[in-house]
Amino acid sequence: MGFSRLIQHLMGTTLFGAWRYKQFIVSSIRNEFLARFARSKVGGLWMVIHPLSQVLIFALILSEVISARLPDIENKHAYALYLMAGMLAWMSFSEIVTRCLTLFIDNGNLMKKMAFPRICLPLIASGAVLVNNTLLFAAILVVFVALGHVPSIMALWLPLLIMLVMSLGLGVGLILGVINVFIRDIGQVVPVILQALFWLTPIVYTVRTLPETYRDWFVLNPLYPLVTSFQNVLVFGQPPEWGGLMGLVLAVAVTLPLALFIFRKASAEMVDSL
Amino acid sequence: MSAGLLRVENLGKAYRCYGSEWQRVFSWFGLPVKPQEEHWVLRHVSFAVQPGEAIGIVGQNGAGKSTLLKLITGTQRPTAGSVHITGRVSAILELGMGFNAEFTGRQNAQFSAGLMGFNHADIDRVISEIEAFADIGEYFDQPVRTYSSGMQMRVAFATATAFRPEILIVDEALAVGDAAFQRKCFQRIESFLIDGTSLLYVSHDIEGIKKLCSRAVFLKHGRLESIGAAKEVCDSYEKHLFGGGGAHDQQKVHHSPAPKAHGFFDPGLVAECELSYGDGRAAIERVWLENADGLVVNVLSSLEPFSVNYCVRFSGPAVSPIFATMIKTREGIAIYGTDTTRVESYPIEIHPGMVLQVRFVLKSVLAPGTYYLNCGVREDRHDGPVFLHRKVDTLIFRVTAAGRETVGAGLVDMKAVAQIWPVAEEVQIASKACA
Repeated sequence: MGFSRLIQHLMGTTLFGAWRYKQFIVSSIRNEFLARFARSKVGGLWMVIHPLSQVLIFALILSEVISARLPDIENKHAYALYLMAGMLAWMSFSEIVTRCLTLFIDNGNLMKKMAFPRICLPLIASGAVLVNNTLLFAAILVVFVALGHVPSIMALWLPLLIMLVMSLGLGVGLILGVINVFIRDIGQVVPVILQALFWLTPIVYTVRTLPETYRDWFVLNPLYPLVTSFQNVLVFGQPPEWGGLMGLVLAVAVTLPLALFIFRKASAEMVDSL
Repeated sequence: MSAGLLRVENLGKAYRCYGSEWQRVFSWFGLPVKPQEEHWVLRHVSFAVQPGEAIGIVGQNGAGKSTLLKLITGTQRPTAGSVHITGRVSAILELGMGFNAEFTGRQNAQFSAGLMGFNHADIDRVISEIEAFADIGEYFDQPVRTYSSGMQMRVAFATATAFRPEILIVDEALAVGDAAFQRKCFQRIESFLIDGTSLLYVSHDIEGIKKLCSRAVFLKHGRLESIGAAKEVCDSYEKHLFGGGGAHDQQKVHHSPAPKAHGFFDPGLVAECELSYGDGRAAIERVWLENADGLVVNVLSSLEPFSVNYCVRFSGPAVSPIFATMIKTREGIAIYGTDTTRVESYPIEIHPGMVLQVRFVLKSVLAPGTYYLNCGVREDRHDGPVFLHRKVDTLIFRVTAAGRETVGAGLVDMKAVAQIWPVAEEVQIASKACA
């Protein structure tokens, strides 16, 4: 059996189960969204308030240090804009990884009691993250306009970029989430790694602020071209970083099928360990 | 045997332990990693279930009952063998359906029905019916965290049975419901059975299984110990549960005809499936019924008082032994059971070698029919009863109509007295109230 046929086979039977449950998946995403409003006053808005308040804090503390070095943009709030663009990319990635990480453990009770296509769980999680980030994006757009910056036509690349960052997050998160069922240390280690990754990615700083010698290392960070592309299309009116993104597409093409493969292999044993 | 709705073939489930969990991860990639330990909780189980059949599953804790149901439901995958299912399975495993405590009963019902694969139109159609069946009033729209376990079970059962499944699996769930709701559940189950649903039912309530199920499966240490008619399997399970491995184990005691045979005694009426067991310290040597005239009988006229008699020979020490007897129907439903802790009797000190005769004098309220008798000697210890000797279905007797019965249906004659009189509208009620 050829490799591509193997992939087709794996995705086919797994995703077929999900197709029958499409209505259920959609209504679950909606329920999860509505449930947030059920018990807290501003409900789902917290998903927007958190990252934006973080942006505000960084902006207040670091703007004087960094804003001078932001090129090509005539806006006195340039640094805040830059921060928000990077934050949108980061939130999309880290939120889906974090969710997938504990997805099966959190739903252990349900998985033990009901038989349903397990693939629904990551699909519901992805959908919920997508809704959150769409909201965050809308909020960011409002802030952009309030600060006197209207993104250029390049912002139309954004849906593609979000797709890419979420696919990467889903692939990585699913692999970690499955292994976390058996090796719970994963759940403790990943947040630490994510924290490190956040600071190793130019979100609150720019690569230009760093000494020349460190800059080459960023090639190794898969999020670097992504975050840069977000910043390019939203703030600088430039096209995405195509060169770096090609490598990322390749990484997604490997990670996502690998994640599905592990997921399928593990689902026979997962409930035993929950 | 035809294919049936459900076929389980050589089913087995093992929990695997690896030296390191990473070895488990490697094993997914086809690397030849040997698990350090394989713990089989279920092995070599095969049976088939026909449409409309109710199967009870009995066995001690840890015998593999729940695992078997999980494998059939599909929440766990078998390590060996296979499960073939025609149609949809609906299951209530371990008291629930994995409800989300923050969601309301209604939302959980919708969510669970969605997980079962139903679309919005289907769910909208039955949601009010689920609400009505669960019958928990305002609570249906309150978060599940405010529910009692009985209320959760009500919503779970109502949801699981909102659509008639081809196979219904109930694991202990009904135990937490109150009697009225249990009755409602059984009614629904019974109507499903008539429509061709198969039921797999796990319960520690043996009488309930005998009543509801036609066949039963007895699991012991993960193996199929026996399968067959519910009554026989349940009896052998009870024997396993209460009987020690003593002298009477497996011993088939032939029924000794009573000495004073009489016209009321039918020699053809012999129990053929007597089970006898105990730890060997006592032996029940003779069991017979006597009518009011002191004659040995096994055919009684209804409404005629009678006594249950047996002799017990003690061969070992016993501390305040309790003597018991029970009358059951052919289906194994207990009609009346009693023992010497409940009725007045004389305390007797036991010496090895002693022979006692026990007599229970009973009023007859039995409807005409055929009945089975159990009797036993046991000690009640703090960790449960220990049978010195027990004989199950040791004797069959028949109650014949005497012509004065009031019973139209059922097992007992409650001796109804009917009163009927004409009512002059309104006036009658008023005058009754005044009086």
